[in-house]
Amino acid sequence: MNSNLNKKRMLTGNKAAAWGARLAGIEYVPAFPITPQTEIVETLSQWFADGTLQGKFTNMDSEHSMFMAAGAAAATGVRVFTASSSQGILHGLESIYTVAGWRVPFVMVNVSRALATPITLEPDHNDVMATRDCGLIQLHAETCQEVLDFVLMGYKIAEHPLVSIPVLVNLDGFVLSFSREPVMIPDEKAALEFLPPFKPVQPVFRASQPMARASAVFGGGTYTYFRIQQDLAARQAETVFNETAREFAERFGRTYEPVERFHVDDAEVVFVMSNSFATKGKSAVLKLRKQGIKAGLLKLSMFRPFPGEAIANALAGCQKVAVIDQNLAPGMGGIIYPEIVTAMYDKKDRPKKILSVVGGLGGKDIKEDDFLSIVERLNDSESKRPLYLFDEGDWSQFQQLQKIALV
Amino acid sequence: MIQIPSHYKKVTDLHPREEIAPGSALCAGCGGLEGLRLALKELGENVFISNAAGCFTLLSVYPFTPFRGSWLYTTMGAPVPAAQGVRDALDIQRDQGELTEEDDFQVMVVAGDGSSADMGLSPTSAAIHRNLDFIYFCYDNEAYGNTGFQLSGASPYGSRTQTTPVTKDHPAGAEMRKKDLFEIWKSQNPPYIATVSPREPIDLSNKFAKAKILKGPRLFICLSPCPPGWGFDPRDTHVIAKLAVDTGIFPLKEYVDGQVVHTRVPRKRIPVEKYLERQKRFRHLFVPKRQDEIIQKIQDGVDHYWEHYS
Repeated sequence: MNSNLNKKRMLTGNKAAAWGARLAGIEYVPAFPITPQTEIVETLSQWFADGTLQGKFTNMDSEHSMFMAAGAAAATGVRVFTASSSQGILHGLESIYTVAGWRVPFVMVNVSRALATPITLEPDHNDVMATRDCGLIQLHAETCQEVLDFVLMGYKIAEHPLVSIPVLVNLDGFVLSFSREPVMIPDEKAALEFLPPFKPVQPVFRASQPMARASAVFGGGTYTYFRIQQDLAARQAETVFNETAREFAERFGRTYEPVERFHVDDAEVVFVMSNSFATKGKSAVLKLRKQGIKAGLLKLSMFRPFPGEAIANALAGCQKVAVIDQNLAPGMGGIIYPEIVTAMYDKKDRPKKILSVVGGLGGKDIKEDDFLSIVERLNDSESKRPLYLFDEGDWSQFQQLQKIALV
Repeated sequence: MIQIPSHYKKVTDLHPREEIAPGSALCAGCGGLEGLRLALKELGENVFISNAAGCFTLLSVYPFTPFRGSWLYTTMGAPVPAAQGVRDALDIQRDQGELTEEDDFQVMVVAGDGSSADMGLSPTSAAIHRNLDFIYFCYDNEAYGNTGFQLSGASPYGSRTQTTPVTKDHPAGAEMRKKDLFEIWKSQNPPYIATVSPREPIDLSNKFAKAKILKGPRLFICLSPCPPGWGFDPRDTHVIAKLAVDTGIFPLKEYVDGQVVHTRVPRKRIPVEKYLERQKRFRHLFVPKRQDEIIQKIQDGVDHYWEHYS
């Protein structure tokens, strides 16, 4: 690879997302600010205003409006990018479902932030999990580099004739959105060769080719046909991701898979994680190995379509698995946990034990000790309940606040 | 000053083309559909319609569409943002030299009064603020019609809806006044606003002829007599629509160049009860006991409005 093609810069996760969009040659951004995403749309508005990017940046009035405008513009044949977070995702959820069903390709970035109530700013994944069933493709980034790369790859996947579905790239608020990391920025020409300008495979709105789109249907049969079609297209996206990743690796030298195996092959204990906290998990794996515990980590880079076979293959033969959900479905536990269990259920060499761990809520750190307590729980307890990462120290800190609140 | 001659004098002057094919799932005698039919006779086929959830969503049921132009069903709250996305995309492609003039079209929102006055109002206000180049056609049947006639922001005082039932404690039915969408739009000073009636095709057509050569946000509020919701025989739609104008309840007017002009001023206004008594939604004002106070309050509201203009 020609080293002139690339330049390395210190970028925040947000800036990396904006760079990904810029290199994708986006033409349209409908935008609405929300912490911790705002830096992305601010950066893009600057680039449109100073002529770096050609096209249009429109300040919208809400996320509900923003996702609708994004879908409608994609249906009219331009390359669209947008970004949101947390409450914004929830406010826009109806529009996200709607435009996903239109089968229009574009890329949105979600900068994960915990949901109200109580209202807060720091990350967890309940927001992105709320879009789990919308019919989006979901790619989850661990590093700023992955953010940029996934946005670029996202367009290629979204626009593939067999897919034609919006792609969501997820990154953690604060931890990644505001952290600067060294990021290789692909050369513009190389990016353009990888991702040529948008040529819609579906008809777009034009006066010369009138069409009715998203018309009402009556009868469950017709409805089911369209829904199954959406499911099949979403499932195709895993193959398309793998093809895209292969081409990306050839051009840019970075390799991606739907799931990343970190010391998994000989592991007796595997943590299943996603996004930036996987870095903490990897560090814990190395430390545990030094203590003689054969730990490993499986990182989910793709969450929709759900790469069940890849997960099952990676975890086959492993005795103990802990699925660390940075989200909470009250009354149920972690949201990803049952999906992993489902993927393993019919495998002969499935793990003996799969533990549900709920942690990292509202930006709460997952510390080295926490990984150790997960291992202990896997070894000892027969409890069916999730392990909540909330210890004595957390409890006494909260009691201090409660004392003040009760004054 | 915008100078556009009113070039239609009689019904036979109107364009013979039809842009909506007959045979949709809409109710017989739908006043709003007649309004949209007349509107599209003037606008032609190069129209993109962004539709909000409502009665008119049933116009295009897969695999059919009655339109020669394009149609996109959106949501109840976001037909205007969809229009924004389409207009922005067309503008981008035009600037890139990728869109011929023939391939461009008039972007139009078609929404009921529920979407227009309630859920969709905030995005609409934002689109006016952004000076979005579009036509907004609101078919106003004064309630959530498609769900069986519940109170909307556009339901008039004294009308019965499914969620403002008439009881001993609530003899009027709806106790709030109809939101004035015309004035709400006017506060943002868009280039054109008009009220239209399917019973006044010449007036309606001249208004669309005027609006179509303008740019920016342009609103049409079309009073849409609704046989099942308002409770009258479908064949009487034109009578009800005419009475709405002749009683002064529904003033035909336009706002252009910063001025409101009434385009049909009833010479002698018929008492409102002549309009009210023909509709089941106002029947409780007459039987079992005449409620003079409520009828008078409606009459006073109309008289008060016209004091400024006569």
